[in-house]
Amino acid sequence: MSKIFPLGESALTIEFSNEISPEMNDKVINLASYFEKNKFAGFVEVVPAYASLTVFYEVFTVRKHFPEFQTAFDGVKSFAENAVCNFTEIKKEKSRVIEIPVRFNKEYALDLKFVAEINNLKPRDVIEIFTAQSYRVYMLGFLPGFAYLGEVDARIAAPRKFAPRLKVPKGSVGIAGRQTGIYPLASPGGWQIIGATEVELFTPNAINPTFLQAGDLVKFYSEN
Amino acid sequence: MGVFINKEGILTTVQDAGRNGYRRFGINPNGAMDSAAARLINILLGNFDSEAVLEMHFPASEMTFEEDTVFALGGADFRAKLNDEMLENWKPYYAEKGSVLKFTEKVFGNRAYLSVKGGFVIEKWLGSASTNLTANIGGFSGRKLNKGDKLFFKIQNPKSKIQNPTISDSLIPFYSRFPTVRVVAGAEFESLTAFGEQSFRHQNFTVSQNSDRMGFRLNGEPLFLLEKKELVSSAVNFGTIQLLPDGQLIVLMADAQTSGGYPRIAHIIETDLPVVAQLGASDRIAFQLISIEEAENILMELEINLNFLRVACKFRQV
Repeated sequence: MSKIFPLGESALTIEFSNEISPEMNDKVINLASYFEKNKFAGFVEVVPAYASLTVFYEVFTVRKHFPEFQTAFDGVKSFAENAVCNFTEIKKEKSRVIEIPVRFNKEYALDLKFVAEINNLKPRDVIEIFTAQSYRVYMLGFLPGFAYLGEVDARIAAPRKFAPRLKVPKGSVGIAGRQTGIYPLASPGGWQIIGATEVELFTPNAINPTFLQAGDLVKFYSEN
Repeated sequence: MGVFINKEGILTTVQDAGRNGYRRFGINPNGAMDSAAARLINILLGNFDSEAVLEMHFPASEMTFEEDTVFALGGADFRAKLNDEMLENWKPYYAEKGSVLKFTEKVFGNRAYLSVKGGFVIEKWLGSASTNLTANIGGFSGRKLNKGDKLFFKIQNPKSKIQNPTISDSLIPFYSRFPTVRVVAGAEFESLTAFGEQSFRHQNFTVSQNSDRMGFRLNGEPLFLLEKKELVSSAVNFGTIQLLPDGQLIVLMADAQTSGGYPRIAHIIETDLPVVAQLGASDRIAFQLISIEEAENILMELEINLNFLRVACKFRQV
């Protein structure tokens, strides 16, 4: 079941749950492509998140094209409810698997020692556990091209830094709780940094400005 | 030719109606904080509503028009002068080549806008001329304007008698240093404690020093939810009012992140965001809850009135 609520007067959110699971996230991504393929008059964009999809729309256009509804919200909500009923028929597209080289040298791995210590491990164990699995891109947010990846093995989970760094270097790979992610740009940030990559995650002038998209699978490997 | 920046302002950027369609990549829309001011002065000059304008904070840039220019100002009142002539907002002006525009005093508001007839030459990124200061892209080289920068105009503004269309007062945002702004309830509004709900509805919040294009922190009696909620991140919007763990509120503004995980108490309606955009530290704000239907009707009415103005202004253009 899902819950639909307004996010201001020009957007609504369809919330499936409040948990992080690949199954829920698949639903979100499928529903996003349903909207992309079946755009209604006034549609602006969809934003997939962990377990919810937000639809942005132009009130004026929706009201003009769907006068049978009292409000644009009611119109888009009705469209969304139909979509939720229909989208299960869409076949799940196979995830892209993307390999990303990471340097775990001291100069990049600013918090690797900390992550190892709080988990009673050696740094090389953290690297081994970290690179042993692949991670799902649940959503993009925070910065252009920043992908929220999960889930990190509980043995190497680490809390956010109490005081965020003013400048996390571009390409840094971090852990926050059981999430991991890569900073596409230098930015303030509170994730524990365990390495860095030279892969460009954000190329402003490319047709696809971001390297990753929701639904991808990422496999990190050590460049050392 | 064009306009030359003689003295840099604290934060002058190129902005337009924002960059929609890329939130899913973590790319937020940016755009003018006071979108009403940007739109009105564009309409006044016969430009597209979404034409790029300069958004200035105080102290603002001082600039020289290197060619004859028709321009308009709106939003904050920074006591603008063209050479020695005092200027008013919401009026088209004609500047002869060599005229100097400066902003001498912060009289009211925090963001002033300048549009020129025909618009500035700005290379668009992902369909918009707005400046993304996080990624340093879009607008003018992805950054604020500095001394020595020069912007070119799309068209020449021949010397001509300025027609003087007037903007009816009802279209100008109801600016105040203590506004009551209208909001629609957010997903977690009903999870507030009874006291929290009353407090949200009746309290006067103070805008903190810690307020910028990303968001405005508010200070007030803290609000709490019935039970602590850990939310997984989801999309947020310009105008979303989030509840921080310490019980204080933050209003997300034009440069806010695309997603967030704090409880969503309410959303400021689009028509009232320009009023909020002009607030600064120690200004106060109160909220009035309205239904989504009322919010939509207010937005519809504004669009219809802007259409009338657009037609009227186009008529007067040569």
